[in-house]
Amino acid sequence: MKISPLLTILLPLTVATASAQMAVQAELLYPMTGDLKPIEDGVVLCSKDGKIEKVGPAGAVPIPEGYQVLKAKVATPGFIDAHSTVGLSGILNLDRHDQEQLEKSAPIQPELRAIDAYNGRDPLVKWIRQLGITTIHTGHAPGALVAGQTMILKTNVPTITDPEKNTLRPFSMVASTLGPDGFGGGGKAPGSRAKSLAMLRETLLKAQSHLKKRKEVEVGIIGKVDPDLRLDALADVLEKKVPFLITARRHHDIAAALRLQKEFGFRLVLDGASEAYFLLDEIKEAEVPVLVHPTMARPYGENENMTFTLAAKLHAAGIPFAFQSGHEGYVPKTRVVHFEAALAVAYGLPWEQALAGCTSAAAELLGIADLVGSLRAGLDADLALFDGDPLETTTHCIGVVIDGTVVSEAVK
Amino acid sequence: MFSSLRYLFPLMVLALIAVVSLGGGHETPVRLRAYVGARIIPVTAPEIVDGVLLVRGETIAAVGKRGEVVIPDDAEVIEVKGKVLFPGLVCTHSHIGKVQGGDGSSPIQPDVRVLDSIDVLDSTFKKARAGGITMANIMPGSGLLLSGQTAYLKLRDGNTIEDLAVRNKDGSMAGGIKMANGTNSIKESGGAPGTRGKSAALVRAQFLKAQRYREKLAKGGDDPPERDLAMEALVEVLEGKRMVHHHTHRHDDIVTVLRLKKEFGFKVVLHHVSEAWKVADEIAEAKVPCSIIYLDSPGGKLEARDLEWKNGAELEKRGVLTAFHTDDPINDSRWFLRSAGLAVRSGMSRQKALEAVTIAGAEIMDQSGQTGSLTVGKKADFVILNGDPLSVYTRVLETHVEGRKVFDLDDPKDKLWAEGGFGAGHKRRASGCCFTR
Repeated sequence: MKISPLLTILLPLTVATASAQMAVQAELLYPMTGDLKPIEDGVVLCSKDGKIEKVGPAGAVPIPEGYQVLKAKVATPGFIDAHSTVGLSGILNLDRHDQEQLEKSAPIQPELRAIDAYNGRDPLVKWIRQLGITTIHTGHAPGALVAGQTMILKTNVPTITDPEKNTLRPFSMVASTLGPDGFGGGGKAPGSRAKSLAMLRETLLKAQSHLKKRKEVEVGIIGKVDPDLRLDALADVLEKKVPFLITARRHHDIAAALRLQKEFGFRLVLDGASEAYFLLDEIKEAEVPVLVHPTMARPYGENENMTFTLAAKLHAAGIPFAFQSGHEGYVPKTRVVHFEAALAVAYGLPWEQALAGCTSAAAELLGIADLVGSLRAGLDADLALFDGDPLETTTHCIGVVIDGTVVSEAVK
Repeated sequence: MFSSLRYLFPLMVLALIAVVSLGGGHETPVRLRAYVGARIIPVTAPEIVDGVLLVRGETIAAVGKRGEVVIPDDAEVIEVKGKVLFPGLVCTHSHIGKVQGGDGSSPIQPDVRVLDSIDVLDSTFKKARAGGITMANIMPGSGLLLSGQTAYLKLRDGNTIEDLAVRNKDGSMAGGIKMANGTNSIKESGGAPGTRGKSAALVRAQFLKAQRYREKLAKGGDDPPERDLAMEALVEVLEGKRMVHHHTHRHDDIVTVLRLKKEFGFKVVLHHVSEAWKVADEIAEAKVPCSIIYLDSPGGKLEARDLEWKNGAELEKRGVLTAFHTDDPINDSRWFLRSAGLAVRSGMSRQKALEAVTIAGAEIMDQSGQTGSLTVGKKADFVILNGDPLSVYTRVLETHVEGRKVFDLDDPKDKLWAEGGFGAGHKRRASGCCFTR
């Protein structure tokens, strides 16, 4: 393995002076703000509490004495994987051992919490972290009509002991899948598209009346309402506290998701959306963002009509989108979000937009832009350091910083 | 002037061959095309910044610097300035064409030929051409200890398996045999092995049987053994005429393959070899080539947990002949060049990584005299790229097999196979009106 000069700086640094204040200096620093252009010879100062203090060109942002300086050719915000199953779907792929992303005993289970299923010590978490990914939106996978909840957390959390403290969002979205991938299988409902929607609508109607009761309690009309794990989670969706994350690949499944959104008025995030190119106007008009399928997703089954140009098409249409690693049932057990973004560049997406799709735009889509995704004063000091173009295959990630602390020195 | 003379002799020889082979005289004259101005990466020779590739019919007639290669007057000149000419990619392990091998009825099925199952009109062939692949070893799966005979194919634009087949000297279709060990081929039923020890025992018993069959064949006489398709295939393996392509992941499984090779003396190439880095010395000492895969993360099953990107570098250090493969659909053929990028990222030299997607695969398939590099006299199997082969931003613009263009990104139909979109997923070529939007 090639030893980067940076390693020699990093190794003693983390051991000896973990509490020292840190600065990152890069020949090209991508704050991912405004016009997304880089700062040449840029500096990021991190505060002791792990936040970003100051960002700017070295000439304007002098590094105070006593700061530890990490240098790199290129530095970016730590990458965000906008939709993953890492931590639930583990490296070994062994049922009842490390596959917690899907439970199909019932078709609609929004009560399944991601926080109860996450293993932050799975090797795949470390794998993506050392490649520069600092924040993941992970949880229940596509594959059931309503599979469960998702959450957002950093890749430096080994065990969730305090969901509020350990995550950015302990309950981020409710995951649903339309089309055959979400069918019950083995004769269990739903077994068709129409049945899927009928079941969803019926359940959402129940959640509506549950929500109505919840509100009546709030304003004192009725005394109390019994908690209902399923309906409470969906009521949160209807109350727009969390979005409904609907995996829809075929154009008619996407159309069904938009129809459902219109009827119930929730915040919709479209996932996968392989055939979204037929419905760009409709998606744009509904102001729905898209978690675009991995560029290297396999073009089979419901995905058979996917195109590598989808991200470019969404961008051209002005539809907000972000990249994801998605879910893999076999190998590679997880994809790497910026590898997927990189290939979208080859298929027409402007380079800065690809980088945004796994940093600032991903944070916007996930509703966490006030915390991570760009390099601005006050945000978490999460950075990824590279020895070249961060999206290029041959480039190494030479350091990863989360909350102002070096979490990876591996050259990967 | 002197340097251009160097190319004159082979040109004359080739012209002579062309004239002789045309014979009858009613056929159209052999097409002569000069691709001018590209950066040429021949792989087995140094890169040429401003080069000329001269193609006569299906053969490479000259490769060299502009000004040094004589471009005949009747050659069609194709300007490719700013582009990169690179050998057609060779994939040593692919499952395109809805290939099928042996079934679940028994664990060892050497009589089964995948050539009887492959659909060469399947869209996966189109996609492989769009990815720049010009030759592939189409394999059955790894669910059996021995799942059948593989097929070496040139990705010519043909309608039948015969059109695409690589031929042995005797005219038969070339291919190897697929074997596997480790967990994929261990099953709980159907006569399949339940352990690694049993797996090896079953394989050894079959090879011992094949040795006896071979002895009987050699004896000849009045009482030759009855034809046995399975034994015939294994005799080819024993005689080194048919390469064993062996799926194997874990270090102990890798070493088991080497042990069986020693016992029976077959030619073998190790495939996947996830834990190659643990037993790289042993692999080098056994002098067996490797065909490895690059995945974006390790795992997915227990025995691929320790897969490392450094496999390529570790094998290179020890001089092991190493090719890469797609294992399509595991890695789609259109992403094959990324493997070379990941290899370089993890310590392999640029040269060896480029060899691993071209000439090394050709060598493993015993076709390096015909393809795998841009070399005078070899088949004109090449791709036109819009950038460096190691860059993630690089696209395949054209793919040529034996001098014929089989993929052109400028052709809207081909573009569908290159990029995907509505209709790209149909199992066969979309035909007529109804598969477009």
